[in-house]
Amino acid sequence: MDLSVQIGSLRLANPLMAASGCFGYGVEYADAVDLASLGAVVSKGLFIKERSGHPPQRIVETPSGMLNAIGLQGIGVHRYIKEKLPELRRLGATNVINICGSTLDEYVELARILSDAEGVHALEINISCPNIKEGGITFGCSLHGTFDVVSAIKKVTHLPVIPKLTPNVTDVASIAKSAEDAGADAVSLVNTFLAMAIDVHTRRPKLTNIVGGLSGPAIRPIAVRMVYECRRAVKIPIVGMGGIATADDVLEFMIAGANAVQVGTMNFVDPFIWTKLMDGIRDYMTKHAIARLQDIVGTVDTSAREKAWISS
Amino acid sequence: MPVDVEARVISNTRLSPDYNVIALAAPEIADAAAPGQFVMVKPGRGGDPLLRRPFSVFEVLRVNGRVEGLSLLSKRIGITTAMLFDAVEGDTVSCLGPLGKPFELVESPAQAWMVAGGVGLAPFATLGEALVARGTPTTLFYGARSGKELFYLDWFTSRGITLQLATEDGSNGDRGRITVPLERALQQAGSADVMVYACGPEPMLEAVAHLSERYGRPSQVSVERVMGCGMGGCYSCVIPVKDAGGGQHYVRSCIGGPVFKGADLVWD
Repeated sequence: MDLSVQIGSLRLANPLMAASGCFGYGVEYADAVDLASLGAVVSKGLFIKERSGHPPQRIVETPSGMLNAIGLQGIGVHRYIKEKLPELRRLGATNVINICGSTLDEYVELARILSDAEGVHALEINISCPNIKEGGITFGCSLHGTFDVVSAIKKVTHLPVIPKLTPNVTDVASIAKSAEDAGADAVSLVNTFLAMAIDVHTRRPKLTNIVGGLSGPAIRPIAVRMVYECRRAVKIPIVGMGGIATADDVLEFMIAGANAVQVGTMNFVDPFIWTKLMDGIRDYMTKHAIARLQDIVGTVDTSAREKAWISS
Repeated sequence: MPVDVEARVISNTRLSPDYNVIALAAPEIADAAAPGQFVMVKPGRGGDPLLRRPFSVFEVLRVNGRVEGLSLLSKRIGITTAMLFDAVEGDTVSCLGPLGKPFELVESPAQAWMVAGGVGLAPFATLGEALVARGTPTTLFYGARSGKELFYLDWFTSRGITLQLATEDGSNGDRGRITVPLERALQQAGSADVMVYACGPEPMLEAVAHLSERYGRPSQVSVERVMGCGMGGCYSCVIPVKDAGGGQHYVRSCIGGPVFKGADLVWD
């Protein structure tokens, strides 16, 4: 059984990646999960400098999902390399580093710094966090901004570059195409949906930041549709995510067009989810006599609706 | 290392129209849990509630000396606590733990004063047992709205723990908040070595931490913040902690706590 995934020069053992911001720096989960068994661990979003993040309350649960406005609290790239990366290397993790900047120069500097660090396997470019005012998402919301940040980073790194796209745009597929044109090795999508929840008794927003990003099973069908649209627009690998909770959800994203997936919110609910997903994928491959998991990518059959209905 | 147990409900006892004690067959967690640690709980398998909720381990349940499970003290407030209130024997509750940093125990001649507000009683059954087992003189300061919401009083006295009670309506113990008997005791403590432990609403924790500091006694407080994962993954449950340099920084209460030194916290 071949579960591997190729993203640029990087070969992942399997398509299951821990999503940025949902897995700490990875080391927090080392007791619960064999990090080397994951396709990759995507780090919490890193700026060059440390950030304190937003004041609590930072999350609120909503139907089949949650809003978050963490505000990218983080230790900064230098402490990450010194304090987290050695342990991740020792544990055998494949490390995708999620980088965030306020300016183009910050992204470029982060890419330079991380390209020289031992144990970094790819860069995920955060141009999609809905929770911070400065930079980031302003790149990800425009074709030119996406093109500029990806091409600037590609010039300074040998690492695979994976821009992470926001769903808070009119046409995510055109943004994906812009990333591909700029030389992106893959795209990942979706980041969270900008959303809001209000306490009707106090009439105050439930989040201190007023608005936040919606994740979890609530967004899954929208994310699947967006992966499907991007698959038709680009040839590069797609890393799909949005509320994945079961092996069937992984397979749904892959059939829609994702080469790999990330799991975020549901890791909070079940930190032991990874072996369950892997077992389910293997069972599916056995049942459907699939030797190479990548063979199902983008195979959604939109032509046979009537036939399927008649034969069932 | 935390484990996830689909725990069978052994029993569910309603203490009042809002409070219940639910016993869960999770011996692996109960056996490993230290006083002050918590579990992340999810009743049912669906999307509502989606996320787990944190609960202190209330009792470690033993049958003939063998650990059978643990209980949770719960107050019905939201969806999860409503489901825990309504759960019946044989239901299952997903239980992840033990998690978090436990209380540091003190030994005689030091005294232990445990200060509980409402459902904040939860971590003090196991802490009280551990302290008494070490021979530490232990007092429970326990406050609630009324005497009807003071539970397990005999449980604590039968284990040799002294009670100091306060109720807002004056129906049992001092009238007012639990800080009334606590401050009186601090005034009378003389040169005694005292460790103050506290769990309850944050304004109470702040008041207890300040009172303890004013009377020169250390405190350990167990905080409860809105928590997403309990494992350090999501950064939602942060609380501001003082820096050495005079500033402050956010610490995840799930792995940096839930027990903190009262003097280290910044009360926002």
